[in-house]
Amino acid sequence: MDDIVIKTENLTKRFGDFIATNNLTIEVYRGEIFGFLGANGAGKTTAIRMLIGLLRPSSGKATVAGCDIYKEPEKIKKNIGYMSQKFSLYEDLTVLENLRFFGGIYGLKSSTIKDKSADLVEKLGMESISRKLIKELPIGWRQKVAFTVALFHNPKIVFLDEPTGGVDPIVRRQFWDMIYDAAENGTTIFVTTHYMDEAEYCNRISIMDEGIIKTLGKPSELKKNFNVDSMSDLFYLIARKKIL
Amino acid sequence: MNEVIIIENVSMKFNKGKVNALNDISFNISSNEIFGLIGPDGAGKTTLFRIMTTLILPSNGEVKILGLNTTKDYKQIRQVIGYVPGKFSLYHDLTVFENLNFFASIYKTSIEENYDLIKDIFVHLEPFKDRKAGKLSGGMKQKLALCCALINKPKILFLDEPTTGIDPVSRIEFWETIIKLKKSDITIVVSTPYMDEAKLCNRIALIFNGVILNISRPEALISNFKDKVIKIKSDSNSKLKKVLSDFDKSINSYYYGDSIHLVISEDSNITQEDIFTFLNQKDIIINEISLITPTIEDCFIKYLTNG
Repeated sequence: MDDIVIKTENLTKRFGDFIATNNLTIEVYRGEIFGFLGANGAGKTTAIRMLIGLLRPSSGKATVAGCDIYKEPEKIKKNIGYMSQKFSLYEDLTVLENLRFFGGIYGLKSSTIKDKSADLVEKLGMESISRKLIKELPIGWRQKVAFTVALFHNPKIVFLDEPTGGVDPIVRRQFWDMIYDAAENGTTIFVTTHYMDEAEYCNRISIMDEGIIKTLGKPSELKKNFNVDSMSDLFYLIARKKIL
Repeated sequence: MNEVIIIENVSMKFNKGKVNALNDISFNISSNEIFGLIGPDGAGKTTLFRIMTTLILPSNGEVKILGLNTTKDYKQIRQVIGYVPGKFSLYHDLTVFENLNFFASIYKTSIEENYDLIKDIFVHLEPFKDRKAGKLSGGMKQKLALCCALINKPKILFLDEPTTGIDPVSRIEFWETIIKLKKSDITIVVSTPYMDEAKLCNRIALIFNGVILNISRPEALISNFKDKVIKIKSDSNSKLKKVLSDFDKSINSYYYGDSIHLVISEDSNITQEDIFTFLNQKDIIINEISLITPTIEDCFIKYLTNG
């Protein structure tokens, strides 16, 4: 459990005079569900883009899945999965075609892709939809398929950027069951969400505001330390500048 | 109470009848209420908004807005409503001020004439008034869209998912604005996928797969929920949930924030003590177990579970 898979030290990104991410220092462990929270514009996306090797930091250090983010951004991409709310799948391809496409991109052998796809389809009960186009599927199924695709190459870490936005309450919970399973198998989950009940499902969370991590810890401990009943109250307390 | 929106047997089919976006929907909305359409993506919320705002015609049924028919009288209806679609639809290449001025001129009015109505929102935008709308942050875009929708002093304001993807703090602030607007004699129809916002509405319709599951006041929805909801907390909720799934077929259990909610149907004899005893036998350490008042989300889950 204590293997560190993400380690950052004073990671900073400036755009001109604007500091989007300011001295980010965190450690995230193997098999951990880490909730990365913050208001819109707090700097979460910039931080994630640096961690997944898409954006070069202005200063600071970081290793992700054992790779240096300056020297080995391409190697990082091989070791992580990524799923965003907006785009994750090709709508004009079927479920199986998407799996084959992304498996191919990650360099898996076609025999491996075939076997693995068959296993996953069976395990997730996707027999009836595996040959359907993504655009024909309800949003809940799309999100499940997108998550499956993100995990397809056995990444060490999966980054989920608001994976459950707009999804109905039952499917949202089924999605979290999938997250728990992946974490139990040793995959680290790095997730952002605007649903505060989902923040409770994380092992640890951080709350970012104006580029700075304002607090970090286990949900239960944070609630105790700040003397609040819920994560919504905690978020409100920290992210609302007028109060601080 | 005066009915300002009357929806009668409205259905909407797409793709040559293959997709049933709305299925025989009927309900009324009264003047001066905040009416919430609550449901997940794909439920039919946006389709219903587009019908009410005269942008599309229903396949079947009739809609009346302030006594006007959306098929025949759409021009008059458009004069008296404001609409903020879910997708940002202002002119990206115009500045904040130009957008607002443009919408005012379409309605043959001016920013000054209705300034009182938008004042509270516009003060946040004022520092950016010469910035192009496309360069605004998400929250600011939304404020501008709201100002533009209010510039004709509408009698009814339609807000399609104004808080989707917005952080919890901004969501609270947005609702404060909506509640203030209601005091200016505007009827507000608003949709959201966030169940916790439902309690801020005067009445809510739960919508799923093109069907209205229930319409009521949020308090009534909860008081009519007769099943027992038991909240349980343990050190490992995932283990707790797995154990509970073996307990009895008649109960439903699911994650709820830092706890598990366990729902026992009203005709069941199972008691809280039975569950406590069962969990003790299974060596689950219980940190908290209590009977609670259900939430809107509990109600919605029950409707979905029962089909």
